[in-house]
Amino acid sequence: MPAAPVDWLSLTAQFLSLSLLSIGGAITVAPDMHRYLVTQHGWLTDAQFSSSLALSQAAPGPNVLFVALLGFQVGLNANAGQVPAYVSWMQALAGSLLTLFAILLPSSLLNHTITRWAQHHQHRRGVRAFKQGMAPIVVALVLSTGWLLASTHGTPAQDWPLWLLTAASAWAVWRTRLHLLWLIGLGAVLGAMGWV
Amino acid sequence: MAVVQRELVERRRWLTPEQFLEDWAVAQLMPGPNVINLSMVIGDRHFGWRGALSALAGMLLAPLVLVLALASLYGSVADHPTAQGALRGMGAVSAGLVIGTGLKLMKALRHNPMGAFACALIGTLTALAIAWLRWPLTTVLPAMGTVAVAWAWRRLAHTPDKP
Repeated sequence: MPAAPVDWLSLTAQFLSLSLLSIGGAITVAPDMHRYLVTQHGWLTDAQFSSSLALSQAAPGPNVLFVALLGFQVGLNANAGQVPAYVSWMQALAGSLLTLFAILLPSSLLNHTITRWAQHHQHRRGVRAFKQGMAPIVVALVLSTGWLLASTHGTPAQDWPLWLLTAASAWAVWRTRLHLLWLIGLGAVLGAMGWV
Repeated sequence: MAVVQRELVERRRWLTPEQFLEDWAVAQLMPGPNVINLSMVIGDRHFGWRGALSALAGMLLAPLVLVLALASLYGSVADHPTAQGALRGMGAVSAGLVIGTGLKLMKALRHNPMGAFACALIGTLTALAIAWLRWPLTTVLPAMGTVAVAWAWRRLAHTPDKP
């Protein structure tokens, strides 16, 4: 693909600043990453961006890894065809580490400072009120995230096997102690066989 | 996140469900991926900055290798219906994992000083605003958060500050 030359410095700066905006997780700044990487600079294609998101959503591990996948893909695309394959792979690896590092560093430092402060003052009424008041909201946000992930399934009438699979795995997590990787594996097998 | 909850609370018992919710609330409000934030906080609490760094490395290294391997693999089979089906199936399961974890966390609200009714009301309103009305988190969180924290503040009035 005709990739524009990649400005790694500007890419890093962009991800460093997005880090501090990513309240609720890195996924909340994904639309802005799309704007920057795909629309503005053309370092990634649209399809590459979406499949990076889907892969990291499905794979075990924190969802923030989609950022590493984006960096990986940018590295692969950069001067593809002009350099030997192993150079491309090295670039991809470096790109994934760079973007991941940039998205994590500022937010981690801030989080570290603030939680230390809260821990130190944990018996103050204000700190306790904050934690207790936020608890039901957090539960609601977790349920909503699950709902939003599930609602990409499409209409229940047509895609009911997918909905059923989601409901069954929710029940399994809630009521059983089945290992979660078995569930993901089961989903992969059912999907690959074309049953869902 | 489902994995973190199960490992830390149910298997290792490093945290009670209530502590998990509290730490998660903070991790949720801070910028940055909340699973990462949470694990660094717990690592730091027990072992200082070395614990935080180990937690970070532990959370990221193996999944990073795995996801990069998957991506390289997927790149060569992206057009194949089997691969697309598998990805769809895994996506459906991971949605279920998140929902199941949410259901499980509801248990921790039982001892909340705001009372069951207020918790249910706040939770339902938040979920409606986010999942149904699709309002942005940056509006919903400050608004609902202010109301809920103010209510909790009032309810905590008769319990004085502990030293």
